Order: sequence, then structure tokens, then C-alpha cells
Amino acid sequence: MLPAIEVRGVSKAYGAVQALSGIDLDVAQGEFFGLLGPNGAGKTTLISLIAGLARADAGSVRVMGHHVVAQYQQARRSLGVVPQELVFDPFFSVRETLRLQSGYYGLRRNDDWIDEILERLDLVSKADANMRSLSGGMKRRVLVAQALVHKPPVIILDEPTAGVDVDLRQGLWEFIRQLNKDGHTIVLTTHYLEEAESLCTRIGMLKQGSMVVLESTEKLLKRFSALKLRLRMVGESLPESLQPLLAAPASDGEWVLALRDCAQVEDVLAELRRSHREIAGMELTQPDLEEVFMSIMRGD
Amino acid sequence: MGGFLTLFYKEILRFRKVAFQTVLAPILTAMLYLLIFSHVLSGRVSVYPGVAYSSFLIPGLAMMSLLQNSFANSSSSIAQSKITGNIVFVLLTPLTHFQFYLAYVLASCVRGLLVATGVLLATSPFVSIPLAQPAWVFLFAFMGSAMLGTLGMLAGIWAEKFDQIAAFQNFIIIPLTFLSGVFYSIHSLPDVWQQVSKFNPFFYMIDGFRYGFFGVSDTSPYSSLMIVGGALLALSCATLLLIKRGYKLRA
Repeated sequence: MLPAIEVRGVSKAYGAVQALSGIDLDVAQGEFFGLLGPNGAGKTTLISLIAGLARADAGSVRVMGHHVVAQYQQARRSLGVVPQELVFDPFFSVRETLRLQSGYYGLRRNDDWIDEILERLDLVSKADANMRSLSGGMKRRVLVAQALVHKPPVIILDEPTAGVDVDLRQGLWEFIRQLNKDGHTIVLTTHYLEEAESLCTRIGMLKQGSMVVLESTEKLLKRFSALKLRLRMVGESLPESLQPLLAAPASDGEWVLALRDCAQVEDVLAELRRSHREIAGMELTQPDLEEVFMSIMRGD
Repeated sequence: MGGFLTLFYKEILRFRKVAFQTVLAPILTAMLYLLIFSHVLSGRVSVYPGVAYSSFLIPGLAMMSLLQNSFANSSSSIAQSKITGNIVFVLLTPLTHFQFYLAYVLASCVRGLLVATGVLLATSPFVSIPLAQPAWVFLFAFMGSAMLGTLGMLAGIWAEKFDQIAAFQNFIIIPLTFLSGVFYSIHSLPDVWQQVSKFNPFFYMIDGFRYGFFGVSDTSPYSSLMIVGGALLALSCATLLLIKRGYKLRA
């Protein structure tokens, strides 16, 4: 099947700053893809190139098979983008904004769908309010609504939950998850790694303009991060044989050990028993994306 | 087509929502010019035989208002959208380069023509002027507003802050307008300045426009039409090229 997004050998520089170098990326149709990286890694630049808001110096980008420069009309029809900046047109109300946005895509009678989006984004009561009068979270939801007016098969969300409160975030994710279930391809950038971990089936990580990681969330977690065993022992020391497992320098009466897998817990407990240590408490924690991210960005 | 009509409609809605500032204020300003200049100069200046100075002045004022407001419409809309960032909503859509260009320019024409019509109507109870050849009037009004709407787009695309729009307006548009024969016939100027005026494309817009009213002009309306048409075509091509390249719109 045609990839929803196809990026081939894309590079982009702004003056002396190399924002992206030699990026290759395929996002399959129906995928929920997470694009992660620290500030300045090139996430927004890559999104701008896909959306046609910037031009690549080298390489090519296609959306649903349409080249974003040579076939820009078809490519843009296939794509909905929620920009990172909280931008709006102060002249118009929410409904006017959505009607105009529909009109740009040639959709004149789009009110049924607009009503549905307003409903699902909990904006019905604000439909006739001027954009200026909305809170930041509301404006963010209107941005999402604007990206959806033409029912694009591919939706890119650039930091959609920045500055949005917890309640709203949950609602927004539920909605986006539903869109994904309905068959839309979703590309997401976020700083909230737990969100990416729970939503995205595949992760790409950018570091200084290069794609340093590109694999399924599950494999990534397995490959990069170990289980952590937190041990508390009163008045005891850690047996010599367990010292190599220490994940961090020991603190008072508490040790954190990095384990390969659950089976290794038994070995640790056996060793403690053998050396007559008394355990006051222990906790086993699963790997998370934040650790993976930190370790990759540190270059471990 | 639908996308183009929506952007065109949005641009009209935009100035209609602030019509006091965008339509009524320039009409009032033109009336103040008429009041002052005709009071000071009537009876002392005769431009064309048998045409009173205040009559001569009115088409000039209408054209001046048309040019300035056409420029203001596209330049402020694009600069504002760029600076606030909401131009992204248009840039993300499948509108073609030409549709994008045409929607902004035609909306500028509508505002310019509205203001000019307003000036002519508002001054008509005080000063009556003939309308010898209405087709010329409309033709030059339309081409003048299209040319300034295009210049406004160029300025809006180029500018990164409002200060630069103001500079473009104050250092290029206003001098070219004032020195184009709004308030005088270039035949009243010394020879050197007559020759300099002939390099000002704005002169031909006002001169041709005035020809439509009085059937008299400083230069042939046909050559004015060629020059204005040529300038409009050249500026339109330049603007379309910049839009196609994404100059300062698509980084």
C-alpha cells in the first residue's frame, strides 16, 4: 500500500544552521506515528516540509503519493495540519473560521461536519464567539477543528497539547484516537513522552536534524531500557556480586538495580538470601519512553 | 474556484467589518481635501479651459483615495496575517498561486472602487462634474486599483514588520500619487518636471481617469492605457513569481 507520508533524503538549512540532514521516513496509512526530539531538533521543520510551508534544499516529500511541490494541490487536500503556534484570525467567530477554512478546500455546504467537529471538540457553546475571546485551550481546539474540516486522510499535530489542561488533554486524545481508528493516519509531536508512549505505535526521534531512532514503540522500549529494581535494606550493604547491576549511585539504604528481564529478579533475591541480607522493601518498575529518550539524547 | 471565491469573500469581509476605518474615513479625508483646496485655489488656478478647479480636483481625489486604499487593503492583510501567523491557514490549502494572487488583488479593487465611488457621490452635491466617457473612468479605476492591490501584495510579502509597510506607503506610494497630477495638470509644471512626471506610472492612471470625465487629458488615453496595462502586467508577473517561489511566505 502507498505510504501516507514518504520522505526521501530530505535536507534543509536555514543560513548556517543545518535544520535537517538526509531524512528518510515512511509513515504507513493508518499508522499513529510519534515524532520526538528536543527543541531545535528539526521536528517542526520536517512538518513544515511535509505541509509545503517550507521548501527542502534536497530530497523529496510525498503525501498519499502526491509530491508536495509538483502536485501541491492533491498533497494539501490529503493533509490536515495543527500548527504549534496558537494562531487565529481575530476578525472572525469560531463558526466563521471553520466555514472559511472549508471554503478554501472548495467545500461550501459543510455545516453538518462542522457541527460534528464542534460537538466532538466540546466547542458548541463557543461556536459564535469571536476567536479573540477564547482561552488558550479553546483556541487550540479550534486549530484541531480547522485541520479536520476537509476530512484529510493524514493528520499532523505539532505539539497539540502544549499548555492544555489535563481534562482537555484526555478529551483531545480520545478524539484523536478515534480518528485513527476511523482510518486516519496520525503524526504527532509532543513533549509529553507518556502521551507518545501510550498513543503511538511507532516512534521516530530526531537529534540535531538527523533521525537517530525509527522503530516500533514496543521494540524501542525493550531495546533501550531495562527493568528497574528498587531495593530498601536497613543497616545493610549491597553484596559485592550485585554491584555491577547498580543503575545509579546508591543513596542512604536504597539501591536501584538495572535488570535485563523479570527472570533476573529471582537471581538477585537468591543472592541476597545467600548473603543474609534483610529486605525492607522493593519495587519493580517498567521501562518508559522518557528514559529511552534521555539515554538516546545523551548519546548512550 | 470555490477556494478562490472563499478567500476573495474573506478579504472583503475583513475590510467590511472595520468599514469606518477602511471606507468611510478615506471618503471624509477626500472631502476635507476638496474643502480646503477648492477654498484656497478656486478662481486662482485654471487647469483646463472651462473647467473649474474644484471640478478638476474631484477625479484626482477619487483616484488618489482609490490608489491608497487598494494598496492598504492587500498590504495590511498580508502583513498582518504573516506577522500574526494566521496566513498558515491559507498556505495549507490547495489554492493555486494564481487564485491566491487574484483573491487578494480583486478584494483590493473592491475596496478601492468603493472608496472612489463614495468620494464621487459624497462630493456630487457640492460640485458637479461631467461624465464624458464612463468606460474610460471604469477602466482606469479598475486597472489603477489592480495595480496598487498588486503593489500592496508585493509590499505585504516583502515586509517583516508594519514599519516596513508604512515606509513603502510613505516613501513610495504617497509621493508617486501626490506628484502624479492629483492637484494640478502637469502642463502647469516647468518643462523639466513635466518630463520627470512622464516616468511616473501613477500620472497615466490619473490622467486617463480624468479623461473619462472631461474628455480632455494631458496625454492620449490610449497611450496611458498601454503604459498602465504594461506596468500592471509586469508587476503581476513579478508577484506571481514570488508567490510561486514562496518568497518570504514558505521559508
